[in-house]
Amino acid sequence: MNTATLATPLPRPSAPPRLRVLPGFRLTLGYTLAYLSLLVLIPLAAVFLKTAELSLAEFWNVVTAPRVVASYKLSFGMSLLAAGINAVFGLLLAWALVRYSFPGKKLIDALVDLPFALPTAVAGIALTALYAKNGWIGQFLEPLGIQVAFKPLGVLVALVFIGLPFVVRTVQPILEDLDTELEEAATSLGAQRWQAFRHVILPIVFPALLTGFALAFARAVGEYGSVIFIAGNLPMVSEITPLMIITKLEQYDYTGATAIATVMLILSFTLLLIINGLQAWTAKRTGRDR
Amino acid sequence: MKRISLGRALLGLALAVGLAASAAAETTLLNVSYDPTRELYQAFNPEFARHWKAQTGETVTIRQSHGGAGKQARAVIDGLEADVVTLALAYDIDAIAEKTGRIPADWQQRFAHNSAPYTSTIVFLVRKGNPKGIRDWGDLVKAGIEVITPNPKTSGGARWNYLAAWAYALRQPGGSEQGAQDFVTRLMKNVPVLDSGARGATNTFVQRGIGDVLLAWENEAFLSLDELGADQFEIVVPSLSILAEPPVAVVEGVAKKRGTEKLARAYLDYLYSPVGQRLAARHHYRPIHPEHADPADIARFPKLELVTIEQLGGWQAMQHKHFADGGVFDRIYAR
Repeated sequence: MNTATLATPLPRPSAPPRLRVLPGFRLTLGYTLAYLSLLVLIPLAAVFLKTAELSLAEFWNVVTAPRVVASYKLSFGMSLLAAGINAVFGLLLAWALVRYSFPGKKLIDALVDLPFALPTAVAGIALTALYAKNGWIGQFLEPLGIQVAFKPLGVLVALVFIGLPFVVRTVQPILEDLDTELEEAATSLGAQRWQAFRHVILPIVFPALLTGFALAFARAVGEYGSVIFIAGNLPMVSEITPLMIITKLEQYDYTGATAIATVMLILSFTLLLIINGLQAWTAKRTGRDR
Repeated sequence: MKRISLGRALLGLALAVGLAASAAAETTLLNVSYDPTRELYQAFNPEFARHWKAQTGETVTIRQSHGGAGKQARAVIDGLEADVVTLALAYDIDAIAEKTGRIPADWQQRFAHNSAPYTSTIVFLVRKGNPKGIRDWGDLVKAGIEVITPNPKTSGGARWNYLAAWAYALRQPGGSEQGAQDFVTRLMKNVPVLDSGARGATNTFVQRGIGDVLLAWENEAFLSLDELGADQFEIVVPSLSILAEPPVAVVEGVAKKRGTEKLARAYLDYLYSPVGQRLAARHHYRPIHPEHADPADIARFPKLELVTIEQLGGWQAMQHKHFADGGVFDRIYAR
């Protein structure tokens, strides 16, 4: 019966069903593979091939040079931190946008996407102008002994800026689907506000929050345009990994550049795999298997 | 029927004439250059086009591309079809020659004066009134002085800045390699921001108000005064600096293919002509033949001792010693 087929849970890997509900599986898979190969796999393969021109010892020397290692720490550390900050405040923002109505809400909703649309160089120059010691914000921070522009802190500010929409936009639809009755039920059963948030809302939102975190992180690791203006770019202090790649290119060292790119790719891919695994695990645990 | 065929014939004729005309008219030349020459070539290109038209009857359109010198050289290496390159340092043109073979290895002997039709040097730009009393290189390494210069690993101009400081330290009484190394180390420790290019460093100094002194191309320093007003900044000329020779070359591989060899050569030759020399001086580059320039422009160039890159050991040696991975510059920041 038709309804029965529809009601069956998603196909288990152990017993693939002969009959698929949706036609066109081969066509779409073929298209997916071709598309991914052209756009993602072939360019990435070129990076690995170019890197392969180096011997293993040379490769190791390039990717573990002290300046490069310092840049990994800055790039990955700041990206994780920025994604974490965005996860907290992005959730807050999404909550405010979904649950409350206030004048100018549509405008604020649209503003969230602005970091997507703005050319990153413009963002970088604008943030630098704001946070430099003669800037609008910088002039008030300077007397407090807080320097943002041209310091590692500036890198963080830029990365938080560009990562914001990712968390808001992934969490927002989940919050919109969330029935207020769940919280009301929790409250009527005697839960404190914190308990209702911790045990009812958070588990439902968490997988989406992780996705947003992963996206914001991935974007931040690869970011160049906005960071380069505000970072100060001092060796061992405020050089991001993408700058190390550009530096290699400026010295016409193409293989060195791709070697660092390879390390970045592997590190990012591993971290993203871990985050995705974590997300699948929490989704399963909270019974929202998608 | 007759009318149509006549129309067609006319159309065909018009097309043929148009094509022939455009073949003659559409001779283009691409000059790939670096950032600070933008104004110079904007003025030079129409002058050359007029000269070429008068000489040969051909109309030539010159296209310009500007950007960081290293990035521009890389674009040519990666296949940008430049007929001529006019870059910040010989090392960049060497890289094109080495990586592509489109420029002969002895390119620097193809034009007079090491293929540098104009030269420049490195001077200091300080805030009005020179509040920190900066007079010479020695003042830059003092405690509490903030020096703005771009990263020599990514900027051609910054390599000139750095080598000028190196040359100064070497030429001091009792100067030695070790002493010079200490000097540039102390200098770089006074740099709070390392921009990736010369224009970025100028912005940091001028717009962001960071730093006490900007190390700049002489022509860029004059340009800053012209554009931002002499009431905010002033130029300080050190006792000694480096003779920066921004070189030019025909990309023979490309020019041969496009049939623009003669044109490309004439274009670069014209830089050495009285017209080219006068324009170079007008745009604050020191002309090779100052007698052709406006004496008022020449009078603006201060006299100072200039050290050439050959006296220091040449670009390839300097690049290897200072800016290659693990070189002197890297060791400054190694902990």
